[in-house]
Amino acid sequence: MEFKFFYHFGNFLLMLKGMFSRPENMKMYWKQFMQQCVDIGVGSFGIVFIISLFMGGVTTLQTAYQLVSPIIPKSTIAQVVRDTIILEFAPTLTCIVLAGVVGSKIASELGNMRISEQIDALEIMGINTKGYLIAPKIMAALLMIPVLVAIAGFLGIYGGKAAGELSGVLSGEQFMQGLRQEFKAYNVFFAMAKSYTFGFIIASVSAYYGYNVSGGALEIGKASTTSVVVSCVLILFMDYALTAILL
Amino acid sequence: MIELQNIRKGFGEKEILKGVSTIMEPGKVNLIIGSSGSGKTVMMKCIVGLMNVDSGKVLYDNQDFTAMEEKEKKTIRQEIGMLFQGSALFDSMTVEQNVMFPLDMFGTGTLKEKKARVEECLERVQLKEAAKKFPAEISGGMKKRVGIARAIVLNPKYLFCDEPNSGLDPQTSLLIDKLITELTKEYNITTVINTHDMNTVMESGDHIVYMYQGQKQWEGSNKDIVFSKDQKLNDFIFASEFLREAKEMRQLEMFKDGKWREQLKKEQGKEGK
Repeated sequence: MEFKFFYHFGNFLLMLKGMFSRPENMKMYWKQFMQQCVDIGVGSFGIVFIISLFMGGVTTLQTAYQLVSPIIPKSTIAQVVRDTIILEFAPTLTCIVLAGVVGSKIASELGNMRISEQIDALEIMGINTKGYLIAPKIMAALLMIPVLVAIAGFLGIYGGKAAGELSGVLSGEQFMQGLRQEFKAYNVFFAMAKSYTFGFIIASVSAYYGYNVSGGALEIGKASTTSVVVSCVLILFMDYALTAILL
Repeated sequence: MIELQNIRKGFGEKEILKGVSTIMEPGKVNLIIGSSGSGKTVMMKCIVGLMNVDSGKVLYDNQDFTAMEEKEKKTIRQEIGMLFQGSALFDSMTVEQNVMFPLDMFGTGTLKEKKARVEECLERVQLKEAAKKFPAEISGGMKKRVGIARAIVLNPKYLFCDEPNSGLDPQTSLLIDKLITELTKEYNITTVINTHDMNTVMESGDHIVYMYQGQKQWEGSNKDIVFSKDQKLNDFIFASEFLREAKEMRQLEMFKDGKWREQLKKEQGKEGK
């Protein structure tokens, strides 16, 4: 397989540069931005809700399974669950799922617009298609993905509490006590930094692959798959890099 | 008026357009015809600026479009309407919203004025009843008509149509041709159509450019084409027995009309050159 890293990276930067121009009609751009916020935010809420609850529940049960020592208080389980969810599961796992849900949608939507000449139609009208189609998606992702990650964090912890109570591993009071132990606000900042980075990766990489589709329906599928794979790899790479830098 | 001056375009080693020059006048239906791979689509994309030419000039009312900055091109583009082969309607919008889109983006009037204009355009293409439908809910011919309505909503000076009849039945094709011709004459638009359709050639071709292997092989009107001696053009246009007979009948008709002297002189003059 030909590895065209510099070709793609250069084109990706040119695409980002091309987004910055004076909007032809600010009202239309705003409408497009709000539409994307709804698509990304509301459209992905269901899956984030389910994943977060179960993610928290499973984390509680597995932590309880591993912390068998009688000298470790039960509330420590909640402390571990809280930090695991805030530091890793809520931002990274949620964003990997969003790379699949949101990323593939962006890539296939733009790919379809390219193949069916809708992007050409916008160009002919004198509209900066990168500015009108891609910029609102990236901005909406930068706004909505951190919100989804924050919701995932809350729901994950709630799921952990519910699983602890339902399984009888620890009581609600013990869980709440553990949640308050040695809480570091910096961890939330770290999670938000990751979610902004991942949000940008998901929207921009998917938009790049979708916008540059050429061919037919098969290529739209390929672009969609490639965008998810590349986004996931970049998310994992940046996850490591940010952890090494910020923690 | 659109003027092409010796435009060339290639992809890698392969040269697709080999120095094409022509003038497309307002109020006329200008056709680009030719077999597949002759460079028609590339030529149209070069004219509208979806592709950059390698050399040569494209002039819109004597303004060099090829040398313009992106900002200046935008101004010209707002005077262009284009009907795409697949109609290129926005899937997520209704017919009404599709036609409204250029007005929302560039129009200055009130919502009421915009709605009135959209209604007027939809009425012009006889699609008022489909205003609330989505592109997926209407037929191919209707999509083309919506495409035309969207292309004319901003009163363009230039109208481009990429194979407007492809995939349509003969009756709908005639309707589309008639509509484009009427609009061209009514609003004095410079219309450029890229087509394979012989009916369009015979009915609407005020000015025809026949492309052959990236070069302009022949140029004239639908009146001239029946008298053309160009073998390649004749092989392309009158490919079937039926069309050859139709050509002879049309020649006879023109002789009956007494136009033959005039036509003969014109042809002799061309060959003398």
